[in-house]
Amino acid sequence: MSKKTLSGVNSVATNISGWVYLLPALLFLIAFMVYPLIDVFIYSFEEGYNSASQSSFGIGLYNYAYILRDPYFLKAVKNTFILVIITVPISTVLSLLISLGLNSIKALKNMFQTIFFLPYVTNTLAVGLVFMILFQKTPYTDGLVNLIIGKFGISPIDFIDGPYWAKMLVLSVYVIWIVMPFKILILTSALASVPDVYYQSARIDGTSSWRMFWRITLPMISPMIVYLVITGFIGAFKAYSDAVAIFGIDLNAAGMNTIVGYVYDMLYGDGGGYPSYASAAAIVLFAIVLTITVINLIVSRKATDIT
Amino acid sequence: MKVKKTIIYFLLAVWALVVLFPFYWMVLSSVKSYASYAGEKIPKFFTLTPTFENYTSAFTAVPLAKYFANTLIFTLLTTALMVIVIIFAAYAFARIDFKGRNLLFIMFLALMMIPNELVIITNFVTITNLDLRNTFTGLILPSVTSVFYIYLLKENFEQVPDELYYAAKVDGTSDLKYLFKVMVPICRPTIITVIILKVIECWNSYVWPRLITDDPMYYLVSNGIQEIRENGFGRDNIPAMMAAVVAVSVPLIILFLIFRKKIMAGVSREGIKG
Repeated sequence: MSKKTLSGVNSVATNISGWVYLLPALLFLIAFMVYPLIDVFIYSFEEGYNSASQSSFGIGLYNYAYILRDPYFLKAVKNTFILVIITVPISTVLSLLISLGLNSIKALKNMFQTIFFLPYVTNTLAVGLVFMILFQKTPYTDGLVNLIIGKFGISPIDFIDGPYWAKMLVLSVYVIWIVMPFKILILTSALASVPDVYYQSARIDGTSSWRMFWRITLPMISPMIVYLVITGFIGAFKAYSDAVAIFGIDLNAAGMNTIVGYVYDMLYGDGGGYPSYASAAAIVLFAIVLTITVINLIVSRKATDIT
Repeated sequence: MKVKKTIIYFLLAVWALVVLFPFYWMVLSSVKSYASYAGEKIPKFFTLTPTFENYTSAFTAVPLAKYFANTLIFTLLTTALMVIVIIFAAYAFARIDFKGRNLLFIMFLALMMIPNELVIITNFVTITNLDLRNTFTGLILPSVTSVFYIYLLKENFEQVPDELYYAAKVDGTSDLKYLFKVMVPICRPTIITVIILKVIECWNSYVWPRLITDDPMYYLVSNGIQEIRENGFGRDNIPAMMAAVVAVSVPLIILFLIFRKKIMAGVSREGIKG
């Protein structure tokens, strides 16, 4: 903590130079993070704010009341919750299984790890188009996915423009595909860091590998799982570009908008120009995310207390 | 035991297939001619007559080259500015014992938790009011600092032994010279990791550019791809669209294959920050 400089502790020159070195970062952070953070709350309470005239009628909760009655917002909230409930558990369990598999092999491990990480470095918008054409049913072709499920006797479904559940399915598949690399990476390194001595002594006692998993592996990596679940919730609640990639920019028309999508639509675009509604929606989103995170923390603390 | 290993390898191979298949499909579709693609009622898994005409039309029918140039300029400028800003900030936190340092650092860490979605609304209004829409300045300004990278670099700077600093001081080296002649070279691996992660982030950024640019002359690749999808080659020319998608994806995949270890180590650091 107390690093003494040659010129003496906290000399005037040191104090000044410290702030000078920090100045660029400080300016940018104040202009583009601190001020906006305060401003977003102000916007959300200013009633009838108009970008063109930059004036408002008064202060109050009207913006919140407005968005909570807006069918597009309620639809976006519903979509987002369904997406979260589907993708977070599936991606977490799947990545745990894959990481366990990765950790139990030696040959080709590097190759598999490299492949599994690929979706992380791809452009969400670009690869989303590939998912779209894989699932899309057009007048010319039923698309590859329909071809495959057709082999099981299922008649072709329009996944991109068809029933709600089909669209949600495509979006969930894509979101899971995108979030897996990060989770696999974190869990593989967490698994690798479990000290080998635990397993060795368990093996001497003749413990079954099933029991070893529940008694050693899982408790040892549980902090990382908790971390992944929490960040998974946060990430899934903020889903947006994945949906744009598959359904195009007009997510309201596709009935697949997300909360973040609603914020941006309110801010800019055909229905845009309402920073107040956008701010209210963004704050509602973060109230939800904060609540879920706190619940997660409480539940995980309880769970770790028991074991 | 042998059976178990086989099952594990089989399941891992299945997931590898799930990951790789979309890449295979985009490359495959991009080398099918429009006529043969449109004629396939049942999609074919390979083609015996690959063609590169789609790549030509991807770069001529839509301004894909322009999108690439814009993205390159945006990425280089943003990354370069950010590296300078964070080196100075990290140095101040790691090396200079100024008044208020610890309190300020805690406030910086608190900023890490602020989600982008909360601040983007005001930033959009700010940039619009400054008349910076459809300019590189407007695109770049909000992303030239990163609290997380300052934190990462500060941790690394602190590992440089103090003795080096005192020795440099005795020799009459200025702080600035010490920073760039000693600290930066020693911490080069961390700085390179930060640069690569930032480049990936810039190359893929979509939301901010979408809000701040509506003139296609300033589109980045993500917005370009979206534009191509909405009204590029005509909705049905999937092969040309896929050629554009391949062109956008290839640079990052090459970057990843070269710096695989650094990228994966850097991203798992990001995981540990939580």
